[in-house]
Amino acid sequence: MTAPAPAAAPAKGAAMARSSAPRSRLLSAVLVLIFAGLALAPFVFPGSQSLNVAAKICYFIVLAASFDLLLGYTGIVSFAHTMFFGIGGYGAAISLYALAPDWTSLAIGTLAALVVSVLLALLIGLFSLRVRAIFFAMITLAVASAFAILASQLGWLTGGEDGRTFRVPELLRPGTRLMDGTLFGVQINGRLAAYYLVYASMVLLFVTMLRVVNSPFGSVLQAIRENDFRAEAIGYRTVVYRVVINCIAAAMATLAGVLCAVWLRYTGPGTTLSFDIMLDILLIVVIGGMGTLYGAVIGATLFLLAESYLQSLMGAFSAATAGLPVLPQLFHPDRWLLWLGVLFILSVYFFPSGIVGRLRGR
Amino acid sequence: MAPAPSPPALETRDLTIRFGGHVAVDAVNCAFHPGTLTAIVGPNGAGKTTYFNLISGQLRPTDGQVLVRGEDVTGLTAAARTRRGLGRAFQLTNLFPGLTVRENIRLVVQSRRGAGMDLLSRAARRTDLVDEADAVLARMSLAGRRDDLAGALPHGDQRKLEVAMLAALEPDVFMFDEPTAGMSVDEVPTILDLIRRIKETTDKTVLLVEHKMDVVRQLADRIIVLHNGALVADGEPAEVIASPIVQEAYLGGAIEHA
Repeated sequence: MTAPAPAAAPAKGAAMARSSAPRSRLLSAVLVLIFAGLALAPFVFPGSQSLNVAAKICYFIVLAASFDLLLGYTGIVSFAHTMFFGIGGYGAAISLYALAPDWTSLAIGTLAALVVSVLLALLIGLFSLRVRAIFFAMITLAVASAFAILASQLGWLTGGEDGRTFRVPELLRPGTRLMDGTLFGVQINGRLAAYYLVYASMVLLFVTMLRVVNSPFGSVLQAIRENDFRAEAIGYRTVVYRVVINCIAAAMATLAGVLCAVWLRYTGPGTTLSFDIMLDILLIVVIGGMGTLYGAVIGATLFLLAESYLQSLMGAFSAATAGLPVLPQLFHPDRWLLWLGVLFILSVYFFPSGIVGRLRGR
Repeated sequence: MAPAPSPPALETRDLTIRFGGHVAVDAVNCAFHPGTLTAIVGPNGAGKTTYFNLISGQLRPTDGQVLVRGEDVTGLTAAARTRRGLGRAFQLTNLFPGLTVRENIRLVVQSRRGAGMDLLSRAARRTDLVDEADAVLARMSLAGRRDDLAGALPHGDQRKLEVAMLAALEPDVFMFDEPTAGMSVDEVPTILDLIRRIKETTDKTVLLVEHKMDVVRQLADRIIVLHNGALVADGEPAEVIASPIVQEAYLGGAIEHA
């Protein structure tokens, strides 16, 4: 320490519930907007494409938030998160496909997936969380790759590369009419019921995770991230805490996978296990703001909106500038990934602490 | 002082660590009894901090044992030793920089109370933990800083917080590693008062690595001298300071060059 830091600004008034509250009016407003927007999505943004995007945002919020428990709160870098997501997806898929398309099979599939995930997370954690972080990252990468290969090889069970298409419990099927006529011009059918199942589960799981990080246990995780040496020196068995949060995060990712499967009525390697998804959640958490959970909400919303609509937005822009030089080519819809990349670089450059960090003024 | 009955609070037997060919701590045999404050002195590089690291479990010895109340803890982790009553403040400030001052202390109180696995309540509403943390902060005159991030504190306050974390741990054996190093003159008394209070009002065992001889004279019941990793003197402060080996090994050099 060369120069002592200048005296810090006087304590902010709202610091009492420091980690639990959004702590910024703008951030609170954005969060309310997102949660309300998702709650009303079927009515405000009718149409199957927007409903698909809204549902995907919901289960990605759970997936990214559970990844943030590891990366942002505990400082653990894991590449196996999509594996647990996949276990949830396949658990629901195999059970609904092989048994009967009813709630019992869904419950069995979910439970079985949770057991497998937590056991795997426990094993990986016990074997590798006591050693250096890079070693854990490599192990998770290897296990996740092995699992992806296994899932595509065990065709009789998983449907191989094609995945599994299956029927969901009757209440959730598109053909199920829950009400005669329409409500605000929207048919009240099984699709809507499925959406609200996904939405309500997301809210429940997200609140549960908030509860975890704001508990005494959650503060130990942050202590481990900040200085694991000192956490150990004041008496915390850091390995135990790392293993426990690894299991909790795996369980949450598994439930996100179940929601994904129920929504899509399909589980395949591309929707759950691919490494692209792993990169997506990494980006979502980093862009949204690590170690905040709220970052996962904002990150997932922005990322999936961009992924779903940037292409058509660019198509429109490209068409509008058809007469001009360069611009139409530059904004051709095929270049959307390029622009997404540029947006990421800019956001990481200008918001190193993520969008949430920025909104909180840090 | 009557000789302590039964096992000492802390004891090291033939404690040795070698780094390659260099013997950093060389077969140190020493026992520390409740109610005493032992100052550990010696020139830079004498192995004082390494000796501390071996006791608190940050390093594993090449040879020898560490015993807490007669129990061999040599194979235990630092966390396990802390739970058996060893507490340590570090020479180089070692905080949770991204957490608030209050959270730094609350985490310590929480560890001592064994509440770390509480997943259900809200940490900020565990008033039993928060109030105790606030009491420690008030005692260390850090209350006004409690909502600041530890990493944003001025150096002196970081040192105070470092010591406050040890105070909050309320261990049986307090290990202070140069607690006043780098502090401004007006901040030193807070730390010394704390150490004096521990010594005078409790039956705890205190180990103090300190360079300032006036501080050592004021506080210590006993001085041990490390030189090149070996224990070269052990006894009453006046007697040790006067001994030829100390004059030569430690103080002598300083006086000659003064």
